[in-house]
This record gives sequence, C-alpha cells and structure tokens, in this order.
Amino acid sequence: MTAQQRQFLLYGLILLGGIAAPFVFPNYTFQIAVLWVMILFALTWDIMGGQMGYNSLGNIFFFGAGMYACAVIQIGLYYNVGEYTSAYGAVRVDFTPGQYYLGLVLGILASAVISAVFAVIFGWIVFGLRGPYFAIGTLGVAIAAGELVGAWDWLGGGSGISMPTYPGEPDARANLFYFLCFGSAVATFLFLRILYATRFKLAINAIRDDEAKAEAMGVHTLRYKIIAWSIAAFFLGISGAIYGNMSGFIEPLEVAFPTVTFGIFMVLMALLGGKGTLWGPVLGATLFHVIKEVTWTHLLGWQWVALGLLIIINVVYFQQGLLGWAQEKWPEAFGIRVDEDSSTANREQRSAAE
Amino acid sequence: MFDNLSLLGLAPVFNIQLLLDGLFIGAIFALAAYGLALVWGVMNVKNLAQGDFVIMGGYIAYSLAELGIHPIFGLPVAVVVMFAFGWAVYVLVIRRVIDRDLFTSLLATFGIAIVVQQTLNLIYGPEVKIAESGFAIRSALDNQLTVADIKLVSFAMAAALAIAVVIFMKRSRMGQAIRATAQDPRAAKIMGIDTDRVYAFTFSLNAAICGAAGVLIAMIWVIQPFYGITHSIRSFVIVTAAGFGNLPGVIIAGLGLGVAEQYSGFVMGAEFQQATVVGLLVAVLVWRQIQQSRIRQVVQ
Amino acid sequence: MHLGYPSEKTKKITTRRAFSALLAAGTAVGLLASGAANAKVEGDTIVLGSAISLTGKYATNGVHAQNGYEIAVKKINDNGGVTVGGKSYKLKVVYYDDESTPARGAQLAERLIKQDGVQFMLGPYSSGLTKAIAPVTEKYKIPMVEAEGASRSLFTQGYKYLFAVLSTSEQYLASAIDLAAEMAEKEGRKPSDIKIAMAFENDPFSLDVRAGVMDDAKKYDMKIVIDDKLPRDLSDMSATLTKAKALKPDLLIVSGHSKGAATAVRQINEMKIDIPMIAMTHCEAAKVTDKFGAGANDILCSTQWAETLTYEDPLFGTAAEFHEEFKQTFEGYTTVPYQSAQAAAAVMVWKDAFERADSFEIGKVRDAIAATEMNTFYGPIKFSEAGNNIAKPMVLRQIQEGQYNVVAPSKWASHPVNYPRDAGF
Repeated sequence: MTAQQRQFLLYGLILLGGIAAPFVFPNYTFQIAVLWVMILFALTWDIMGGQMGYNSLGNIFFFGAGMYACAVIQIGLYYNVGEYTSAYGAVRVDFTPGQYYLGLVLGILASAVISAVFAVIFGWIVFGLRGPYFAIGTLGVAIAAGELVGAWDWLGGGSGISMPTYPGEPDARANLFYFLCFGSAVATFLFLRILYATRFKLAINAIRDDEAKAEAMGVHTLRYKIIAWSIAAFFLGISGAIYGNMSGFIEPLEVAFPTVTFGIFMVLMALLGGKGTLWGPVLGATLFHVIKEVTWTHLLGWQWVALGLLIIINVVYFQQGLLGWAQEKWPEAFGIRVDEDSSTANREQRSAAE
Repeated sequence: MFDNLSLLGLAPVFNIQLLLDGLFIGAIFALAAYGLALVWGVMNVKNLAQGDFVIMGGYIAYSLAELGIHPIFGLPVAVVVMFAFGWAVYVLVIRRVIDRDLFTSLLATFGIAIVVQQTLNLIYGPEVKIAESGFAIRSALDNQLTVADIKLVSFAMAAALAIAVVIFMKRSRMGQAIRATAQDPRAAKIMGIDTDRVYAFTFSLNAAICGAAGVLIAMIWVIQPFYGITHSIRSFVIVTAAGFGNLPGVIIAGLGLGVAEQYSGFVMGAEFQQATVVGLLVAVLVWRQIQQSRIRQVVQ
Repeated sequence: MHLGYPSEKTKKITTRRAFSALLAAGTAVGLLASGAANAKVEGDTIVLGSAISLTGKYATNGVHAQNGYEIAVKKINDNGGVTVGGKSYKLKVVYYDDESTPARGAQLAERLIKQDGVQFMLGPYSSGLTKAIAPVTEKYKIPMVEAEGASRSLFTQGYKYLFAVLSTSEQYLASAIDLAAEMAEKEGRKPSDIKIAMAFENDPFSLDVRAGVMDDAKKYDMKIVIDDKLPRDLSDMSATLTKAKALKPDLLIVSGHSKGAATAVRQINEMKIDIPMIAMTHCEAAKVTDKFGAGANDILCSTQWAETLTYEDPLFGTAAEFHEEFKQTFEGYTTVPYQSAQAAAAVMVWKDAFERADSFEIGKVRDAIAATEMNTFYGPIKFSEAGNNIAKPMVLRQIQEGQYNVVAPSKWASHPVNYPRDAGF
C-alpha cells in the first residue's frame, strides 16, 4: 500500500465513521454533533492563532454573528422580525416545510457571508494591534457584541429568539443537524488542507515568524491577515447558524457570544492538540470534548475548577500541545531529521527569541 | 435618551450626584488598575485575574462581617492574605510564564481567574453578598443629593493606600529595586538585584492592592463570584488608556471611567453601562493604534 | 518550530495514524463511561429526571428547587409511595447539573431521555432553562411537570407535554399596578396620572414580568417614565435611581432575581429614594429583611406562595405545616422560599397522575396530568389547555415591621397596605 493509498483509506474511514455515527450511536447524535462543531472551532482558531501568530480571544464573535444573521433571515423572509421578537415568543409562528428549508439554506449561506464581511470590517480596526493588545481588543469586540445584542430590542434583547421549529420528526431533525455539523467540519478541514498546500500558508507563516520582515519581502501583510480572518469567520458563521438552529433557542450572552466558554475552549483545544498544525486542532478538540463529556458529570461542582487548572497546566507546562510534544519526543517518526548540533542550536535560538 | 440629557440640563443637581458617585467608585477602579499597571510595567504580565483578586478581597470583608467583625478591618486582613496568595500564585504559575510570549500570560491568568471564581462559588454560592458598613448617610438639598459615609471613607482609604504605595516605591529599597527591574531587568540582575524576588514581590503587592480595593467594593457595591471579569476589563481599559508608567494618568482614567459609567447609565439606560466600558476599551485600543501608525509614518 | 527538514509524507501519515487510534480509543471510553441504562421504572422505583442548576448563576435557587423535589419524594415514599396497578412504587429523581446555561440544559435533557431512558421529567430552574429544555421533551413526547419556569412564552408554543404548577410571570407584578391604581383613586387622582419607573434585568424571565407590567399599565393608561434594563453582572443601579429621583415616579418596579432585589434595596436606602410605592420580585430569596432591616420596610414583594395562606392537602397538611417540616428537614432556612414549595408540588402532581392513570404508559400518564385537579399545600392545581396552572393566584406581600404580610389581591389580604411607603428618612 502506498502512502497515498493509506491516506485515502484513513480519510475514507473517518468519513465513513462520521456518516455512520448517528445510526450506530443514535443516542449520542447530539454529543457527536457538538464534537464536530468543536473541531471546526479549533481548526478555524488555528488559522490565525497557530499559522499566523495572531492570538484572537474574540473569534466567538463570528459564531454569534452568524447565529443571529441566520435567525434574522429565517424569520425575516416571512415575518416582521421586530414583531416576532417583541412578542417574546408569546405568539406561535408556524413555518411550512418549504419556508423552513429555504430559510435555513439561505440563512446559513448568508450568515457565512455576513460573518466574513464583519471580519473584513473589524480586520481594518484590530489588525494594527499587536500581541496582547490584539487578544484583548478582540476579546473586547466579542464581549461588546454580546452586550449590544442584549440591548437591541429588535433582536429580542436579553430574552433571545426562539428559532423556527423544524417541521418533521425529532430523529430526522437530529440527523439533519448532525450532518450539517459534520459536513461543515469536514468542509473546513478539506478547505484548510488545500489552502495550507498553497503559497498562502507560507505567507501567513512568514507573518507569524516576523511580520516586519515579511512586509519588507513584499508580502502584503494586511491583505493576508484580513483574508485569513475572513476564512475563519466564514466557517464560524456557518457553524453559528447551524448551532443556533440545533439549539432551538438563542440568546446573546450564553448561547451566541459565550466568550468565556466556547470562546476560550477553541483556543484551549488548538493548544492542547498542538497549534500551527492541521491535525493538532482536530486531535485537541476530540480529546477535550471526550474528556469534558466523560468527566463533567462525575465532577459535580468542581468541573470548572478542573477546567481552570487544565488551562493553566496546558499553557504553562505543556504549551507545545500533543503533536508538538510528540514531534519533540520522536522527531524521526515525523520524518524530522535531527543532528545533535543543529537541534541544540535551534533550541537555544528559540529560547533566545522568546 | 434626549429626555434624560435635557433632564440633566434642567436639574443640574443630578450632575453633581452622578459625578460624585462616579468619582467615588472610580477611585477604587484606579486602585485596582494601578496594581495592574505595576505588574504590566515591571513584569510584562497581563493579569486577566485582576478582577477576581478584587472579588476575593471582597469576600474577605464579607467573611469578617459574618464573624461579627466590622468589614473595614477587612482592609489590613485582605492586604496580608492577598499578599500571601499572590506570592503562592507567583511561585506556582507566574514565574513560569514571565519569559514566555505575551499570550501565555494572558491565558494562564485567565485559567487562574476561572479557578478563583469557581472556588469562590463553591464556598460562598452564587448569590450576591454585601459587607454592610452601617455608616450614616449624608444628604443635602432635601435629599436630592446623598452621599453615604462609607463612600467618603473608602475614597480616603483608596487615596491613602495609593500614596503609601507611591512612597514605598520611591523610598524603600524594595521599591527602588522594583523600579530598577522595570527599567532594565538584565542590568538590575547584574547590579545584584534578585529579580525573581522582585517579581514575586510585585505580583504579591498587586494582589494585596486588589484585595484592598475588593474590601471597599464589597462595602459600597455588591460582590458575586463571577463579577471579577467586569473589574478586570475596567482595569485593562484604564491601563491601556493611561499607559503603565503613568500614575497620574491611571488615576485620571480611573475616575473618568467611574463617571462615564454613571453618565451612560443615566443617559442611555443601565443596559448600556457595561457596553460602555467594553466599547471604551475597543475605542482606546483603536485610538492608540492610530497614534502608533502616525508615529510609524513619521519614522518612515 | 523548525527541527530540521521533515519529509512531508511520512510526517503526515504518522500523525494520522496516531490520531485515528486516539480518536477510536477516546470515543470508546466516552461511550462506555456514559452508559445507557434504559429504565423508566426500575424494579419498584419510578425514575424521574431533572437537569437542575447546581452551579452557576442560578445555583442557589436551583438548590432550593432540588430540596423541594427531595422533600416531596421522601414524604411520598415514607407514606406508602405511589400505587399503580395495586403495587406500591417508590420515587427517585436523577439529577444533572446544567450549570445555569440553556445550551447545557438542552443537552442534558437529551441525555436523560436518550441515554438514561428517563420518561418522566421534572423541570429545571428558571424560564430560560425551561425554554431550552421544553423543545427537547416535546420532541420525544416526554411529559415534564415543571415548577420554576414562569415565562408565558412557554405556554403559547402549543406544547402538549409541558405542565407548570406555578403562575405565569406576567402575573407577578400585575397586582402592584392594580394596587397603585386603587391608591391613586383613593387620593382622588386618576390612575392615568400615575408615573411608573421600571428596572428589569435583561433576561427572559424578568423581561416577561416586564411585558405583563406593560400590558397592565397600558390598561390604566399609566405613564412609563423610566424603562431601564439591568445587566447580568449588576452591582450598581445608582444611575437608574438618580433618574428616578429626578423624575419622581409614583411606582418603582424592580425585577432582577436576588441580585436585583439586594442591589435595589441597598441603594434605595443609600440614596434616600422616596417613592410612595416600590414593588419587587425575589425579596425573600435575597433575604432583604435580614440584610437591611428597616430599610426594606413597606416594600411590596410578589410571591407564588406564602406559608400564611390557607391551602392544605392530606400529604403535607397546611402551608404552615409544610413550612415547619421543610425547615426541620433542611438546615439554614428561616423562611422557606416559594421555589421549594412549588417544586414539591410538582412531585405531588406526578404521584397523583400516576395513580389516576394506573399505568406507566406515557400517553395515559400525560392525559392524567392534563386532567389534574387537586388541592395542595401550595394551592389549587388545574392546568389549562396550554399547560399552565390557572387555579392558583399570585399574591403580593408587603414587608411590614420585618414581616411579610399579604396585602393583595384583596381576597387573600391579611393586612391593609401601608401607603405611601414610610422609608424612615
């Protein structure tokens, strides 16, 4: 079997596993769907945080923006959004299957585009910020968005929006949203895999390694940064739209802009798996989600303390992540040739640079 | 919104009330922000757990009040306890992130913030707590204008504490060592300063200052395990606006933020009060960026 | 990170192999650990399920609700259990912590139903959580009797499997508006002259209370001069109160769970806000009488239930007897919050429904719940077509000399209302 065949086999197995999962484990459809969302989170965060060296704490903004954009379109196509929300869900609104599916499809597409447009707009504002200021600034944007949507009555404010109800059987609904989550994660992965094989990856890696030099070499850094952010926003917008519909009820602080939960999880997952790699975020997200689902119920009350400790241990003692650690431990297995001199020299160089 | 604005014009006395409330609370914001400026400037650590240290101080005051001790005595207790706590956090975590990239310190302190708030939640529960001072309330102009004595007391204490810290930094050997390390850690090391101890001391001092601010907050406002994040954001707004080497700037920005919150609550409504703080943070960052790009252009 | 020159292909493959092995192992562990016991009735035990807030912002009230469930379960089990088909069954509740977040709540409801096989649900705490969970129980056609979700939007969705023992939230402060109108008329003013200042937390429950107040205010054509929404992290409302001082409303209404009540009472005193009538929710939960003493005097508080009301049932006895028993069972309560009382009532509805249905068949049990018509220590329970309890009124209590006395509606009033409020400054 050649390397390429093995690669196809692996992809085929994962695809097959993903497709079969809701039928093999019908009771876990929702949890596995969330796993795919988490993988998408980690992958999109890594475009900026891992490959480009811009550590955003506010990527969750695009998730929420997509969620609300989709809701507005789904409702706004057939009803007055202001009336729908001002009733606080006190009026039951029925959508015919045709209306529902058209709204859903248009909503998902539009939310992707709208999120990407937001990324371009905010890109102009925040990309001048460097290092921690960038992290704080993006965190600020995400928190402010949650507060403002909460104060915006037209969008239902703090009482949120009840999403249109699915016109069908519960199991069909679960499967529909499962495959949307699965499909969006796979699409993100494949897109990034292709993208990382192009010049684009070299350019954003150059920005990570030395932005001033990259610029001097003629890399149009701002353009690359905005494109990278828009890509992340595009896929996050899609996942927000899907997640909002899957939950059935959205509100600004806990569901749409959960800065301190999902917003931080995506960073943590990418770090856990190893940032700056394609598989690291996937691995990190899977591990994180499984650990979380298994331990959460057994650690009643202490799960959040455990999460905080996990963050500290992860960033302080284990920042290179699983893949990074594996690469250092068994460099040969990764095809990395190490001769003693250069590796020690490199390590010294690195520690000096940091 | 415009009704509320014209109301301020019609009855100027309410301006005074808003200004006073804003200044009193702003003084406490400035105190916590000064601690952040210290660790930021000296150790280049951006402490996202700043607000949670404040809230910890608040719970110390609350616990004393529960034991029947007047919460004002929480001030020395909080300073001591939080100093020790800061030292422990430094040894366990911060020491290992000082030399790392900046994002690491943000994330690590974020982890600390989660641990602190969740532990407080497990101990005290999620309900808001109050450390009642029982002090009198002054009023003027037929109750149109009121000032609680506790606010005056805490204002004075915040001022005294700030002055004490400034004198300490100027006069004491440790203060001088801290300032020397801030200027050039390598040179300081060569001159025989134990920079590790200086860092530990700075971080602990910050925790102690936060603890003191928290005691005052618990007596003026209310505390809850998860309120730390808003206090952290406030500190970041103030320090980013003022710059970290700039004590007068921190004080002015702190007082200004206190007043801005009151006015936005009055004019736009309470739902915009927090959005104002975060909005100011983003605005300050953008403004700084424009400023910087101008400098860059000049250099070019 | 550059450790020499990786040969791309080998690198990728090894990574992937490691990954897929881990993925497989991880999934397997995850699935095994969660287990999948399918049981609605295990032996002689009927299993009820509930996602409840044991951590997070609703934890205090979540625990009140859980205690309510527990005392009723214990009382029922000690008194012969539930008799179905001539056999006596015990009750048991499976809890998960929803961390006070809707997304988690929906996920846990799914887990309770699909993985734990629970077929009879008790509600979570708060309207927001109930809103998130109701679509799940509805979609699996699992009946849920809930006691803590009062938002009226829950009962306009056409849910067939959702039943609530409490009064819906638009009724919370409606009687305060009626009372204000009554007082105005007594003074020879028109109700339409009344100015209202409102401060509601920006969350589903409080906004629903607000909607009810708005409707009632419109009925009397009253004027709303302040309409602020309080943030989630509320610690200061002095700006809103300064506005109230400037605009001199006749009625101030505050609703923002316990933190809203605590912050409001504290700052109303501190700023010497002299408004003739002040009404709130969650006074009891915020323990305003303990914290502020005379400062809380003459404040009106809406409540679902009070131990002084004359309700009674064969299981717990009178409301006052429930109150005593609860205080003896659980430590740390001086007054029993209505959240616990209604939770206990929800469990009693289940017992009653099982016995009338005389079966565990979901359809029959559901119909039996829908046909409920019973008197409890918590008040009469009868569900409307939409599933809300239409038999029990909300009452308005006033804090008089540190005591909560029922002052409205007049049918239940034990004391006359003090008006205007004597703030004592």
